[in-house]
Amino acid sequence: MSLPETACEIRAAIADGSVSAVDVCRDALDRIGRIDSRLSAFLHVDEHGALARAAQLDRDRPAAAPLLGVPVALKDNICTAGVRTTAGSRVLEHYVPPYSAAVVERLERAGAVIIGKTNCDEFAMGSSTEHSAFGPTRNPWAEDRIPGGSSGGSAVAVAAGMVPLALGSETGGSIRQPAALCGVLGLKPTYGRVSRYGLIAFGSSLDQIGPFARTSRDLAALFGAIAGADQRDATSAAEPVPDYAAGLDGDLTGLRVGVPRELLTEGVEPGVRDAFDAGLRALEEGGAVLRDIRLPHASLAIPVYYLVANAEASSNLARFDGIRYGTRADAGTLRDVYYRSRARFGAEVKRRIMIGTFVLSAGYYDAYYVKAQKVRALIRQDYDGAFAEVDTVALPTTPTPAFKIGERTEDPLQMYLSDVFTAAANLAGLPAISVPCGLTSERLPVGLQLTARAFDEPTLFRAAHAVETRLPIPGPASR
Amino acid sequence: MARIATLARLELTPDETTRFAGQLTAILAYADQVQQVDTSAIAAPATVAPAASMREDVPVPSLDRDVVLSQAPAADRPGGLFKVPRVLGS
Repeated sequence: MSLPETACEIRAAIADGSVSAVDVCRDALDRIGRIDSRLSAFLHVDEHGALARAAQLDRDRPAAAPLLGVPVALKDNICTAGVRTTAGSRVLEHYVPPYSAAVVERLERAGAVIIGKTNCDEFAMGSSTEHSAFGPTRNPWAEDRIPGGSSGGSAVAVAAGMVPLALGSETGGSIRQPAALCGVLGLKPTYGRVSRYGLIAFGSSLDQIGPFARTSRDLAALFGAIAGADQRDATSAAEPVPDYAAGLDGDLTGLRVGVPRELLTEGVEPGVRDAFDAGLRALEEGGAVLRDIRLPHASLAIPVYYLVANAEASSNLARFDGIRYGTRADAGTLRDVYYRSRARFGAEVKRRIMIGTFVLSAGYYDAYYVKAQKVRALIRQDYDGAFAEVDTVALPTTPTPAFKIGERTEDPLQMYLSDVFTAAANLAGLPAISVPCGLTSERLPVGLQLTARAFDEPTLFRAAHAVETRLPIPGPASR
Repeated sequence: MARIATLARLELTPDETTRFAGQLTAILAYADQVQQVDTSAIAAPATVAPAASMREDVPVPSLDRDVVLSQAPAADRPGGLFKVPRVLGS
């Protein structure tokens, strides 16, 4: 018997009794067992917990559950009570959180089955998933290439068909960039739309949890389940949560799409440019109108991002001192416990802590941190200006398709430039989506990125749906 | 490098110190682009967070102490204490 593939079909089939949640769960576990030894998307598969949960759903049949029996994978920086959560770090190798993240509670209320935890760059710091302490994840389209990052494991779990849905997290592009490089959809929500409670913090003014899926309807279903206010995150927004699956009819009449053409000169490969142009044509065919716009400060997003994010990271990662959780190095004095326990961070985490500490240190705070925050305000103003004239801004999600494993690990700056088009949305707190818009001549996926006004995720889902119906891409050979 | 590593309580190997020095110099030189930007029109640094809403100060149950201590590398669980090496009188 062939089981349904999408989250919406799975939910409907379980609700009408044609398949059981246990069958769907076993199917996901089988797929992981068959494929994941090659791809390494998962750090931990919770086979026992997932099957028990599925069996319970088969008994209870909660009729209104929007994700009834749907298998979901979680990036391993999202806390799961009683289930190991490492954030891809040796420092948290044995950490079992005493509580679950708000998104995990919401997924459970929605009837989802959490299958396991996915690989990521250590503490979500990276663009390739090569900075995981537990080894790299491979791109299902070309196994000698990176899947993007930092949420690479979640992107691969969805792209390779192991699960229909996964959650990742973003600080500067860590959902959209791997979504683009793996040929799936990914959304970075408006800052404050999804509770950060239980997300292991990296850059608190930038971090958001967001969904991955293979269709815009599935993406909307997962996003609807996790969005909403939470008292435990003081930055979470009270804004009502609309039905994100409404209006996905391919009709974009009246939608104004801004294209900041001057940014397209920044190292965009020809194959990416061709797919991006096809994506723009798909929007036009749906009835959208293209307009040239300018975002004069957007090219500063990467320097601003690496000053602000690393400053916040150096502060957030101070809590990993070997005292309350995590691993502790043997040492005779408290001072040496700190230094030697923190020596277990990987190279990229140490680099970022060093930059952030420098940026916040006496004598440099105003020149770097405060200055960067002011340029950040200018970036937000650019978008506010653009949104007076257009409803969404289109760019390629990344300037290049997936690169080879090892190609950029010794050149951090080159690695950072993978996020050249994504970091601005985090700095401005705006929602942005990546939707596949084609393949390069080497058969590597390309993503179209759309950014919208704060809390206007509905426009992103409508536009992404119009693109995916006009430019369907096949799955990778391994799916 | 040594001053920043001390501020961050990070032990770096000699190899890391050498490698990072070059990489951090390059990253900061790149980030220096922000210095060229005229920000005189911006009075205060950016904030993208919605105004933090104050909730009522109502006591609610917190995490179980024993469960929390179970994650500590060294703890006196009956006493409800994290353990660290001797700090005073050494």
